[in-house]
Amino acid sequence: MLELRAIDAAYGNIQVLHQVSLRVEHGEIVALIGANGAGKTTTLMAISGLVPPRRGAILFEGRPVNGLPPDALVRLGICQVPEGRHVFPGLSVAENLDMGAFLRRDRRQVATDKEQVYNLFPALRQRRHQPGGTLSGGEQQMLAISRALMARPRLLLLDEPSMGLAPLMTKHLFATIVAINREQQTTILLVEQNANVALQVADRGYVLENGHIVMQDTAEALRRAPAVQSAYLGI
Amino acid sequence: MEYFFELLFSGLTRGSIYALIALGYTMVYGIIGLINFAHGEMFMIGAFTALIASSVLSIYHLPLPAILVLAGLAAAVWAGAYGFTVERLAYRPLRGAPRLAPLISAIGMSIFLQNYVLLAQTADFVPFPSLIPEFAFLEPYSAIINSSSLTILAVSTLVMTALTLLILYTRTGKAMRATAQDQKMALLVGINVDRIISFTFVTGSALAAIGGLLIASHIGQINFAIGFIAGIKAFTAAVLGGIGSIPGAVLGSFILGLTEAFATGYISSDYEDLFAFALLVLILIFRPAGLLGKATAEKV
Repeated sequence: MLELRAIDAAYGNIQVLHQVSLRVEHGEIVALIGANGAGKTTTLMAISGLVPPRRGAILFEGRPVNGLPPDALVRLGICQVPEGRHVFPGLSVAENLDMGAFLRRDRRQVATDKEQVYNLFPALRQRRHQPGGTLSGGEQQMLAISRALMARPRLLLLDEPSMGLAPLMTKHLFATIVAINREQQTTILLVEQNANVALQVADRGYVLENGHIVMQDTAEALRRAPAVQSAYLGI
Repeated sequence: MEYFFELLFSGLTRGSIYALIALGYTMVYGIIGLINFAHGEMFMIGAFTALIASSVLSIYHLPLPAILVLAGLAAAVWAGAYGFTVERLAYRPLRGAPRLAPLISAIGMSIFLQNYVLLAQTADFVPFPSLIPEFAFLEPYSAIINSSSLTILAVSTLVMTALTLLILYTRTGKAMRATAQDQKMALLVGINVDRIISFTFVTGSALAAIGGLLIASHIGQINFAIGFIAGIKAFTAAVLGGIGSIPGAVLGSFILGLTEAFATGYISSDYEDLFAFALLVLILIFRPAGLLGKATAEKV
C-alpha cells in the first residue's frame, strides 16, 4: 500500500533521513521504533507532505506521491496524528472532529461517523461542546485519533500516541488502535519510543537509527532479537 | 443631555468605522502573525473605488440606495482583489523569513499604494458625494444623530454580524480558526492554508473598503492619505482589544471611538489623537495583551 524507496530528508543543511526504505502492506500495523532523534517523526512528515524528501520516492498504492501538498495526501487517504496531539485548542471537541472531515462532502455519512467515534470514546461525547484545549492529555489523544478517523483514512500515521499517558490509558489506547485496524481495515504505521507496546500490537517493525533503517522483521522476531531487547526493550 | 447623546452617537459612528478596519488587522494577525501595515490603504482604495463607481452609476439615474449598495459592492470586490494581490506579492514569498522582513514589506506596500493613488488620482482632497439618503423619521433628532451616522451604525452592525456567523458556523470559518490556532495541524487535516490566508486578506480588505465608503460619504471628501491615520487608529483599537481577537477588535474600536468623541467634546478637540494614544499606552501598561487578548508567550 505504501512504499518508501531510499528517501533522504533534511532540514536546511542537516540531513535527517538517509536512504530510508520501508513498506506497509494493506491491513497491516507496522511499527517504526528508534531512539529520540533517530528520524521517526521526520519519516512520517515526509509521508504526509510536511517535509518533502530531497531524494527517493514515496509510492502510495503504486503511485508516486512525493511532492504532493498535504491536502492532496489527505484526499488520497493518508492521515497523520502528529506527536503532541495538536488538538485545536479553541475549537470544541465536535468542531475538532468536523475539521477531521474537512475534505469530505458526504455530510450525512460524516454525522454517522461522528456518532461512531463517540461510541468508541464516550468521554468525547460528554465533552463535545468543550474547547479541545480543556481536555486531559488522554482525552486529547482520543480526540486526535478520532479526528483522523473522521477523514476515513486508508493509511493512519500515528506518532507517539503513548506519549505522556498513564500506563492504563496507554493499554486502553492501543487496544483501540488494534480494534480500528481490525474492524475498519485501516492500515497503520505506528511510530513509538515505547517499543515494547508497539511491537506487541504490530505485525512487522522497522528499527531506525540515526536516520538509517538498521533492522526490519516481524514484530515477533524483533521482540526476540538481542539487539532490540538491549537497546529498546530494556531487557 | 442632548450634547451627551450627540457625542455618544458620534463616538459609536467612529467606533464602527474603526471596527470595520480593525477586524482586518486582527484576522490577519491571528492567522499569520503579521501586522499588515498596508491594511489602511485598503480603506483608502475602497473609498476611491466607491467614488469612481458612484460617478459612473450616477449617469444611469439610479436611486441613491441602489448606488450606495452597488458602489459598496464594487469597493469591497476591488479592495478584496488588492488585498489578495498584496498578500501574494509582498507577504507570501516571505512566509518563512524572519518576522521583520514581512513587516518591512508591509510598510513598503503601504507607501507604494499611497503614492500609486497619488499619481493616478491627485494630491488634493476630492469631494465625495453623499450616497446616504436623508431619513425623514430622523428629523426630530437631527441635533443628535443624522442619517449617515445611523446608516454607518446599521451597516457595520450587519457586516460584523455576518462575519461572526461566518467564522462561528461555516466550514471556511472553522478552517480559519483552526489555521489560526495550529497551522501545521490545519495542513494535516487537509485544509489548504494558502487559500485560507488569501480568503482572510480578501475579507479583511472588503470590510475596510466598506468602512472607507461609509466614512467618505459621511465626511464628504477623500484623498490618498486617508488610509494612513485611519489605519493607525484602527490598529490601535485592535491592540487595545487584544490583537488576534475578533471581539477584542470590535470592543477596542468602540472604546477608542467613544473616548475620542467624549474627550474632544468635553475637553478639547485639539488633542483628539493624544487621547487615543494615551488610552493605548494606559491599557498596555496594565494589560499588555489588550483587553480580550490572551497573555501568551511568543511562539517561535
